Amino acid sequence: MDFGFFLIQLLNGLQYGLLLFLVASGLTLVFGIMGIINLAHGSFYMVGAYLAWSLASMTGNLATAILLAIPLTVILGMALERLLFRHLYARDHLYQVLLTYGLILVFEELRSLIWGDDVHGVAVPALLNASIPLTDNLSYPVYRLAISGVCLLLAAALYFLIQKTRLGMMIRAGASNREMVQSLGIDIKLIYTLVFALGVALAAFAGMINAPLSSVTPNMGSHVLIICFVVVVIGGIGSVKGAMAASLLIGLAETFGQVLIPEVAGMIVYVLMAVVLVWRPTGLFGKA
Amino acid sequence: MNSRLTRFLPYLVVGLLALFPLVESTFYLQLLTKVLIMAIFAMSLDLLVGYTGLVSFGHAAYFGLAGYALALMTPGYEAVSLWWSLPAAIAICALFALITGMLVLRTRGIYFIMVTMAFAQMLYFVFHDTKLGGGSDGAYIYAKPSMKLGDVELVNLEKPAQFYWLVLFLMAATYALLQRILGSSFGRALLGIKVNEHRMRALGFPVFRYQLASFTLAGSLAGISGYLAAMQYGFVNPEILSWHQSGAVLMMVILGGMGTLYGAVIGSFAFIMLQEVLSNQAWFGAWAKHWQLAMGILIMLVALYLPQGLAGLFARFRSKPMPESADE
Repeated sequence: MDFGFFLIQLLNGLQYGLLLFLVASGLTLVFGIMGIINLAHGSFYMVGAYLAWSLASMTGNLATAILLAIPLTVILGMALERLLFRHLYARDHLYQVLLTYGLILVFEELRSLIWGDDVHGVAVPALLNASIPLTDNLSYPVYRLAISGVCLLLAAALYFLIQKTRLGMMIRAGASNREMVQSLGIDIKLIYTLVFALGVALAAFAGMINAPLSSVTPNMGSHVLIICFVVVVIGGIGSVKGAMAASLLIGLAETFGQVLIPEVAGMIVYVLMAVVLVWRPTGLFGKA
Repeated sequence: MNSRLTRFLPYLVVGLLALFPLVESTFYLQLLTKVLIMAIFAMSLDLLVGYTGLVSFGHAAYFGLAGYALALMTPGYEAVSLWWSLPAAIAICALFALITGMLVLRTRGIYFIMVTMAFAQMLYFVFHDTKLGGGSDGAYIYAKPSMKLGDVELVNLEKPAQFYWLVLFLMAATYALLQRILGSSFGRALLGIKVNEHRMRALGFPVFRYQLASFTLAGSLAGISGYLAAMQYGFVNPEILSWHQSGAVLMMVILGGMGTLYGAVIGSFAFIMLQEVLSNQAWFGAWAKHWQLAMGILIMLVALYLPQGLAGLFARFRSKPMPESADE
């Protein structure tokens, strides 16, 4: 493998990993703070991609489409939390699994009713539709670099929000003791709604920005969901730092796996998960 | 209900079900066969969810693995003998459940749900991406297994009625076996672990070994149903291992009422009938194609308002309080 080729795979792996982080961070936050397992998280990713496709074909511009779609996904997230998830906090995980499984079926059918079952493509925005030459005959698309940049910015913002702001302090306090936070006069219900909506918006946003790179297809959510479960298991539930480390690990492992050992590439992430389970059952950054 | 009736009810039900092929021989017989096969599957999951307190979202792995085992053991257009292929399929599932069980049982709660799901998905990719079982197209099973004693054919499984009786026998046997096991001290210990794992450990029970035994047994029994399902359709593809399948069987267990065994049977009956009704084009026209929408809403309603399932509903009508579930 020569250096230019290696560099391209490295950048692809990092970009895929950073994108996974956007989806997985919402999942791990909702697990860690509300104690909810949400199988429908992949559906939000799918909804994001379909919104980007349909709004982009309406407005003719992906950036406008994304700006329009983000408020919609935040509203969707808040509505779901208020109407459904709120009733599940005190319930056994079993019912959370069942409810969110039902929700996946509903999302898939609504998608089929609204947008149909066809596979769609979204054009790369003209402004970013260029490539940077790496070696004499290899170049790298600007759009992928832009995605990586946006994901890194969002990760930094998320870190700042949770670790450095007052709201982040309340979120962290709510994760460790709900009753205590409530008796201090903090509206924990509102915080839960916000965190859930944030998770939905992050997953949907990942679907939107990735739409030009992969086609927009039915069932695109389920693959992402399972990979994100593996990310959360490896990183440790509730740990955003762990989600970042595990996302990059999985992103690189899958990208290089597909190039070096394509026959068993699909299994690599699960083997990684099994190794982590034997070594550290609560994940790399999880609390025992 | 008086206890004598309750004791004889299973025999009565099985007896009545055994008479069914005499009145009906085509469509509804095959549908009922499907219900009974799924009932075995649902009972095996109930052992985990309802009696051991382990919520597995990857139970389709063992169902699908046995189906693929049958497909791979069937030599082309010739029939394979059921006498060794069924035990072999069960043994493969037991082995896979033992190995995955040792890994997944290191985790609890949400982790357990995600890890079981991930391992099932791993198996999905094994069959989807490699040529082993025909890749994403799947594989046909051209001949149903044979049941011969010497040269005499005991049962001809190509005949729907005889296949139905075999399935009914295996369903009843699974029910009886689980009933026996759950009534034994082993079953009592499992229930104890479900209610309070730490207390059982403090009492000196090897909790991990009990859970692993339960997990392996559940995987093996799911194997029986997967073997039968593959035989019924004459076809396997990766979708039988998918998490939709794991979700459907979990719904059957909850819909019927978990922790009651017979609830799993009622649940699979109700689920498959619902599926048939909702996807009936004559009744719902164009909406029949989108039957999963109604099913999804129904699943959510059950999760929200019917946590004890249909069995819990019957119990409420008989105004007997259900035993408190003591999860976490």
